[in-house]
Amino acid sequence: MLKGHQTWVFETKPTIIASAAIGGPYEAKGPLASDFDLLHGDIRLGQDSYEKAEQKLQEQACETAIKKAKMKKEDVQFLLSGDLINQIVPSSFSARTLSIPFLGLYGACSTSMEGLSLASLLIESKFAKNALVCVSSHNAASEKQYRYPTEYGSQKPPTAQWTVTGSGAALLSDQGEGPKVTASTIGRVIDMGLTDPFNMGAAMAPAAVDTLEAHFRDLDRDPSYYDLIATGDLGRVGHRIAGDLLKKHGLNIPEEILTDCGILIYNEDQPVVMAGGSGCGCCAVTTFGHFLNRMRKKELRKILVVATGALLSPMSFQQKESIPSVAHAVSIEI
Amino acid sequence: MSIKKKKKLTPTQQEYQQFAQEREPKRPILKNCVKAFVVGGIICTFGQVLQMFFIKYFHFSQENAGNPATAVLIILTVLLTGLGVFDHIAQFAGAGTVIPITGFANTIASASIEHRTEGYVLGVGGNMFKLAGPVIVYGVFSAFVVTLVVISFRALGVM
Repeated sequence: MLKGHQTWVFETKPTIIASAAIGGPYEAKGPLASDFDLLHGDIRLGQDSYEKAEQKLQEQACETAIKKAKMKKEDVQFLLSGDLINQIVPSSFSARTLSIPFLGLYGACSTSMEGLSLASLLIESKFAKNALVCVSSHNAASEKQYRYPTEYGSQKPPTAQWTVTGSGAALLSDQGEGPKVTASTIGRVIDMGLTDPFNMGAAMAPAAVDTLEAHFRDLDRDPSYYDLIATGDLGRVGHRIAGDLLKKHGLNIPEEILTDCGILIYNEDQPVVMAGGSGCGCCAVTTFGHFLNRMRKKELRKILVVATGALLSPMSFQQKESIPSVAHAVSIEI
Repeated sequence: MSIKKKKKLTPTQQEYQQFAQEREPKRPILKNCVKAFVVGGIICTFGQVLQMFFIKYFHFSQENAGNPATAVLIILTVLLTGLGVFDHIAQFAGAGTVIPITGFANTIASASIEHRTEGYVLGVGGNMFKLAGPVIVYGVFSAFVVTLVVISFRALGVM
């Protein structure tokens, strides 16, 4: 049901009956390692290309989630997945392997919550009984496409972020036990004219703030309603900007409940990580792994995840276009 | 940022950019310069040692000894790139590894490795000079311009 301008409230409360998180070698060294279902030591996952490795990540995430729910893939009506690679081939190719009816998504790093919102909509409208959301990113595959070759020796500024190698999947159902999706706010595309692809946090922070404001306005809710509010991949730089911007806009979110997946996923002293994690996989593995695990342990009861995406392409950046951003917020409760 | 670029931005955008800039960590320029100087200096000293080595033991002339010394540096860079170490050194050293021949060798090696999956012709062949290409194009072009200037000066009898 639509509430306010841009928020959906799910009355049937679609349930996340199972979720999975698969990670790579850098994620294994991070503080959330124990929340992953599977961690790979080899960034190629034994495949002959990074793109195939990303496909494998998605397949493993989907298969693990289905297995955890004690289901067969035939029980899942729709698969909604996305990633960052050109024409989202890792998603399409893993959907070929899984042979579940497939809807491909692209929302850059906001895809995880875009997918979760749409899957919830499918369940709410009774157009699906079970729907699977899967999102992935691969550090080397993204670097290759968006920036320089992985082995190229360039010095990254302290605002740069490290793309997460990982895939997260969530299986939603109209019945069963588990955390429930209660509402989601679809964000507008915000462009503050920033052009530096090595500073995505600053480009995406205004989108996160805009969506958060819309969420609390539409639902007439106070931020203290949530135990945790997490942005997707603003990193340390964007997180600080977003926090101050929220205060400036008069939305007071207590500092202890406002966090960011890009900060949580890596240790501060991990080399090359710089300002934190980014990529579709960042928000997906943190939410579908870490946060949902904490909810199942009843450490968290109500969370709001705001996945932020920078909608640039390697070409748009070269043509001196600015970086527009979008953010989608999903509220999960148990 | 240039004034021209700033004019296109709305006041809100300008205000936000100012707001964001105040909260961003700055590039540690001085620290980077020192690191670049030290690492670049070490590489060049090593190059000099190589040059003297070739003069002393292989009887190269002072002028020709630069070539095998450069070749050794290129081979070492390519090896380190292939082993996945060079990018970590470069993150520390910055311009220190970019400016000497090591930077140039790394651009070619890294692009070749990266695009190996697309085949030897379109992948390696087509992308090898992806990053090095502009250096060659503008390097050759500026050499051409400089030559023209020198020739005209000579024709005028200045030099």
